Amino acid sequence: MHRFANPARFLGIAKPLTPLLLWPGILLVLGACWWGLTQVPAERLQGHSVKIMFVHVPAAWLGMGGWTGLAIASIVQLVWKHPLAGVSARAIAVPGALFAALCLITGSIWGRPTWGTWWVWDGRLTSMLILFFLYLGYIALANASSEKGSVSRTAAVFGIIGAVNIPIINRSVVWWESQHQKASITLGGSSIDSAYLWPLFASALGFTLIFGAVVLMRMRAQLAEIRIEARMRRMAED
Amino acid sequence: MKPKHQRLILAILALAALIGAGLLAASALREEASYFYTPATLANADVEPGKAIRLGGMVQKGSVRRDADGITVHFIVQDRDATQAVVYKGITPDLFVEGSGVVADGRMDAKGVFVADSLLAKHDENYVPRELKDIDMSTAEHSKDTLAE
Repeated sequence: MHRFANPARFLGIAKPLTPLLLWPGILLVLGACWWGLTQVPAERLQGHSVKIMFVHVPAAWLGMGGWTGLAIASIVQLVWKHPLAGVSARAIAVPGALFAALCLITGSIWGRPTWGTWWVWDGRLTSMLILFFLYLGYIALANASSEKGSVSRTAAVFGIIGAVNIPIINRSVVWWESQHQKASITLGGSSIDSAYLWPLFASALGFTLIFGAVVLMRMRAQLAEIRIEARMRRMAED
Repeated sequence: MKPKHQRLILAILALAALIGAGLLAASALREEASYFYTPATLANADVEPGKAIRLGGMVQKGSVRRDADGITVHFIVQDRDATQAVVYKGITPDLFVEGSGVVADGRMDAKGVFVADSLLAKHDENYVPRELKDIDMSTAEHSKDTLAE
């Protein structure tokens, strides 16, 4: 694991990898959304509003997957003190918050024509809103650390505590009667017709690649910031 | 023991305690955090008439009946074990169809009928194209057109 601890070595891999993730990701998302909007049949009850699924569902997955990654990175930061762990956790937080917000916004837009309301305070919607606020809290904590670039242990502890919300979001529709329907895609299979399933997977893969590219870009920016800070400190000492 | 192992054990213990606490809290909230009563939980809940509650379930097939005034609709909400008669005055949502889900805000009246102030449609986890709906009999085979008749 410490093979990649050397930031120079990491940068050597991250720099060429970024466009390799970004451009296929953008193409996949555009292709999936074009296909989803123009080629996919109307749903039996929801009609064409079902198509917002191709943005809403990947955004929900990435919002939750983002915090899972952030929590793992926080554990690595606290236990192994890996130099890139805090940097990666902090790099995940902003796109994670963005996708959580995208999930809430698209869900709200989807809820109006299907359910008849923009918002209800059921278990799923409320726990997802909490995830968005957790992201904001983590970003604020990570930015508050005295040294730019490095992440405080408080932020890492917060990242681990916040992970409790992830299984709650996942189970909310099972534990509690809720306005939101139960999971369509489970380990047992999918109750989404293949006409919707394939563009959904393509879009989810595309958004995931973009997420990865953004995380790499943010990590590189933070490492550059740390270097600038170290250099300025040396100059101040001279 | 190396400090690294101490930290690892501490982190694992903390994570286990946190998730345990979260699960305990969630299971304690099981009733309170439910967004609505189902007919079965409502039958056991002993809710006094006039108290604002929410009822959710499936609209029983063949139960929707509209009054001559055009806006009052009577129907039966069912879950696996029980049924509940509902009356609602107003415009029903597009996805309000027999055999599909509904969540109603309202209160019980003295006669045991649920008087709804507002209706929300609740769709299930199945996504089926419109042209396949007659083939796939495992899911609700109703479309908006059946209500328009």
